[in-house]
Formats: sequence, C-alpha cells, structure tokens
Amino acid sequence: MTLPVSGDNVSLHETNPTGVLFSTCLAKITMSIFFAKRLLTLIVTLIGASMVIFVVMEILPGDPALVILGINATDEMVALLTTELGLDRSAPVRYWDWISGLLVGEMGMSYAYKVPVWELVEGALWITVPLAIISITFSITLALVVGLYAAANHNKPADIGLMGFSQLGISIPNFWLAVLLIMFFAIELRWFPAGGFPGWDEGIFKSFKALLLPAIALATVVGAILARITRSAVLEVYREDYVRTARAKGLSQRATLWLHVLRNALIPVLTVTGIQFAGLLAGTVVVENVFHIPGLGSLVLKAINNRDTIVVENVVLLLAAMVITVNFIVDMLYAVIDPRLKAQDI
Amino acid sequence: MNSSTSLSFLARCRRSRSFMVGGVMTGFLLVCAAVSLFWTPGSAYDISIANRFLPPSSTHWLGTDQFGRDIVSMLMTGTQNSIAVAVVAVSIGLAVGVSLGLLAAARRGWTEELIMRFSDFSFAFPAILSAIMITAILGPGGVNSILAIGLYNIPVFARLVRGTANAIWTREFVMAARASGKDRFRITFEHIMPNILSIIIVQATILFAIAILAEAALSYLGLGTQPPHPSWGRMLNEAQALMFLDPWQAIYPGIAIATAVFGLNLLGDGLRDVLDPRLSRKR
Repeated sequence: MTLPVSGDNVSLHETNPTGVLFSTCLAKITMSIFFAKRLLTLIVTLIGASMVIFVVMEILPGDPALVILGINATDEMVALLTTELGLDRSAPVRYWDWISGLLVGEMGMSYAYKVPVWELVEGALWITVPLAIISITFSITLALVVGLYAAANHNKPADIGLMGFSQLGISIPNFWLAVLLIMFFAIELRWFPAGGFPGWDEGIFKSFKALLLPAIALATVVGAILARITRSAVLEVYREDYVRTARAKGLSQRATLWLHVLRNALIPVLTVTGIQFAGLLAGTVVVENVFHIPGLGSLVLKAINNRDTIVVENVVLLLAAMVITVNFIVDMLYAVIDPRLKAQDI
Repeated sequence: MNSSTSLSFLARCRRSRSFMVGGVMTGFLLVCAAVSLFWTPGSAYDISIANRFLPPSSTHWLGTDQFGRDIVSMLMTGTQNSIAVAVVAVSIGLAVGVSLGLLAAARRGWTEELIMRFSDFSFAFPAILSAIMITAILGPGGVNSILAIGLYNIPVFARLVRGTANAIWTREFVMAARASGKDRFRITFEHIMPNILSIIIVQATILFAIAILAEAALSYLGLGTQPPHPSWGRMLNEAQALMFLDPWQAIYPGIAIATAVFGLNLLGDGLRDVLDPRLSRKR
C-alpha cells in the first residue's frame, strides 16, 4: 500500500462510495462558489478600471474637445466639436453610453480617421494578442527549463552561471534587446525581417517569423524573472517533508519532481506570471514600436500623436482588461493546481 | 547604534558580494551624474555638423552622434536625467504608498478594503499605460513621465507596507504599547515604522531600477524627456534610425541602462542581506 502524501488529493472518504459522492459534490460546490466569487471580483475590477480611465481621460482634463483641438482652438471650434462628439452630455450619461456600447462591440468613431474605433482595434488585436501569447509561452518554457536545471544543480557552477545570466536578463531593457536582435539577426545575418508585419493572409509562417524576434525580446526579460522564481520555488518544495516521504517510499527523483515538486512549485510561479503579464503587455507597446508592428501599441501611440483620445481610451481599457482577465485565469489555475487554496479562500 | 552592532553591520556589508558590487556600480552612476553637473568631456547639447559621426578619439572618447554631439557627455547628462526621474517617482510612491499602507494596517476595516481595492485597480495599469493616458491629455514630457511612474509605484508600496505592517501589529511589543495607552498614530511611528524600514529601503532600490527602465522606455517612445535634453531612451530611439550607418550609437545607451539597472538590482539584493539577514535566509 502506498501512503498518501501531502499535496495528493486523497481523502479518507475514498474508501467508502457514499463518502466519495459526498466529497465530489462538496468539491463541485466549493469550486462553483470560488469561481463565482472570482468572476464577481473580475467584473468589479473591470468596472473600476473603466471608471479610472473615464475619469482620467474625460473628466480630469476639463474639456476633452480642447485637448483634441489644441491650445490654438477658438471658442467656436471647441463648442462645435463638443456638440459633435456629444461631450455636452453629463459625465454619467457619457460613461453609460461608452460602457453599454462596449458591451455590443461599439467603441465610437475615431476622431482622426473617421472610422469606427473597433475597426482599428480589431486589426491590431490580431497582432498584439498572438504576440503576447507567443511571448508568454516562450517565457514560461525558458523559466521552467532554466529554473529546473538550476535547482537540480543547486550551488554548482551551472546554477551560479544561469542565475548570473538571469540577473543580467532582468536588467536589459526589452526595447534595447529588440534593437540588438534586429542588428544581429536581421541586418547582419538577414534571417528575419527587420520590422513590419505581412498580415496573416500572407501565410502563418511568414507572420510567425515577423513576430519571432519581438517575442524573444519580450520573453527574455519575463523569462529571466520567472526562472529565478521557479528555481527558488522548486528548492523550497524540495525541502518539504512530503517530498522526503515520497522519496522514502521509493519514488524516483524524476517522478517526485513531476508528481509533487513541480505541481506545488508552480503556485508562486503562476502568481508572478500573472503579475509579469501586465509588464509584458506594456512591453508589447514599446517593442511593437521598435519593430514597426501595427499592433495595439503602435495604434495607441499614433492615437496620442493625433490627439485621438477616444482610441487611447478604448485601447488602454482593452489592455487593462487583458491584464485583469489573465489574473483571473491565474486564480482559476491556482484552484486546479492546489485544491486547498480555494477551500481556504471561501 | 552601539559599536558592536555597527561593526557587525559593516561586516555584513563587506561579506555581501551583491551589496559591494551593486554599491560600487550605483556609486559610479551617482558620481557620473554629479560630475556631469559641472563637467563633461564635450558638449551634450551643441550641434556641430562638421563633427558628425566622429570615431572614438582622445577628445571624443566614444565619438559623436549625427548632430556632432559628444556621446560620453550625452550619456553622463542622461544619467542625471534618469536619476532625477527615478528619485522623484520613487519618492511619490514612498510618500503616498507608505502612508496608505500604514493607514490600511492601522485602521483595518473598510479603510483597508478601500485602499487594497484601489491597489488592485492600479495593478492593471503598468507605468507605460498610465503614461499613455497622462500624455494623451497633458502632452509628452519629463514631468508627466515622473507622474506616471510615481503613480505606478504607489500601490506597490501600499501593498508591501500594509502586508508587513499587519504582521507587526500582531506582535507582543505592539500589544504592550496598546495596553500602555498609546494611540494608533504613535504606535505606527514609534513601533511599526522602524520595523518595516529595511523592507521599504530594499523595495525602494528595486523600484528605483524599475523607474530607470520605465523612464528609458517612455523617452524611447517619445513620451518622456524631450529634446534637446539628453536621455538614454531618446538616444536609443535616435540611434535606431542609424543602425546601418553607425550601430555603436545604439549600443552605448543600452549598456548605460543595463549597467544602472543591474547595479541597482544587485544593491537591492545586497541590502536585503545586510539589513535583514532573516529575509535573505528565507529566500
């Protein structure tokens, strides 16, 4: 008979069928409450974020029409634009119109391009979202490989060297790394395009190739941070009693790593991944501009130069919503990885 | 501080390699900024078309840029800019964030809930997003980038201080202070603050590094420090257009940013070892 170890989801109820049914039902109810609570937090945070953006963009500047037209605008011009944009309505009405529009995919009209904002945003989303997904995948892969290898070789030259490199990786600005990658891989070796994005219609391979260098630039910094967290989390879990128990009962080092250590070490790694995602998304704004990729980052910067505040407002909300949603997903993953967390949380 | 305590503090400083290396690197940065206030090897501002793209020489140690400005002088003056932005931005975070964190821990209840929910919202807005919103309204500029980075620092400090202070509030010596009739305000300043100071100092060092990175990123995007004042991010932006012609111009400012951030990160690690040895053992 094998002994249950802490971290395994084994309970005494499993020896009797009624107990199993009861514990399954209880687990499902707990999970549903946990999910509902987190969903409510997600919605409240989204509403809060939208309010912050609305206040900063539409109320703090006093007159948004003046911001759009600049200081040389005459009173007549400002009054005309105020009416045209519907800015003469009260702030709560404008906020409600904005939010209710967002719910049906309406973001208003761009002041600069005179096209629906959604049309501009949709095209950019198809670039920024895949770029963020590729980058975070690279970061996590890099972190797990480096972190696990360093932990397995704790205090050996490989560990010290890798951690030294990761400290360096954290210090390098992603936009400088992007410039270096362009200089080496695009200008010197000519393996990759120096910038631009061909569009997904031109083929997945070509588009993926265009996103590869930006993704590496973004992933290196986040990967370096996550590698350090992975290493310390794995080392921490290795010292736990249940790992010693697992090894004592004859489980191989590899099996212990996959079954017990990694699963428990993933919790802090996930937390930091959620936090780092905000930084990664902010990084895409900068890196997209280095590579002249027409994603959300380039769109928002052009919008600032054109004083197209409605585009800025919607893009910032979209980016903030992505950060909030990723943190919601991270919370959900916690519950999957460690069922004890949701029980504590309710 | 008695002599044996200060001795062991100095011994810990000397023993921590991170502290020593990080300290030297950060010290070098500060010296560069201080020296650039009254002396630079050339001019960081004067345009001289005749001296464009000069190679490194005894007069121009790293050569000149496309406007004939001395690169070393621009880097040195850029250090001033980075440090100034980081100091003010971290100070904003310290002043507001630490106060909010201490208030949340001292008052608990709805005050704490309100401050923590405010922090949650703020976490959805990294410095660059805040800067984008601020520059969309107020226009680009150094002051606006300071404001954006400072705003980002507030919830970071608030969360850290509230968490650490909450733990201190449960300790016996705080209970004794409460029993002796001290009010929450006095306890916060006499007992809580001294006990969380080391953690605040370590966090401030790390946020200082992050502020330098954020300022460089904002200046690179054209949202931060405006010309003619040199900044590392702006230098990198201008050099990118000349990558085929003079690739070294894109290397120098990057090395400057990376060195500054690397030094500060090491100093942060070292300070953690030196100021709170228990924390370093926990890592």
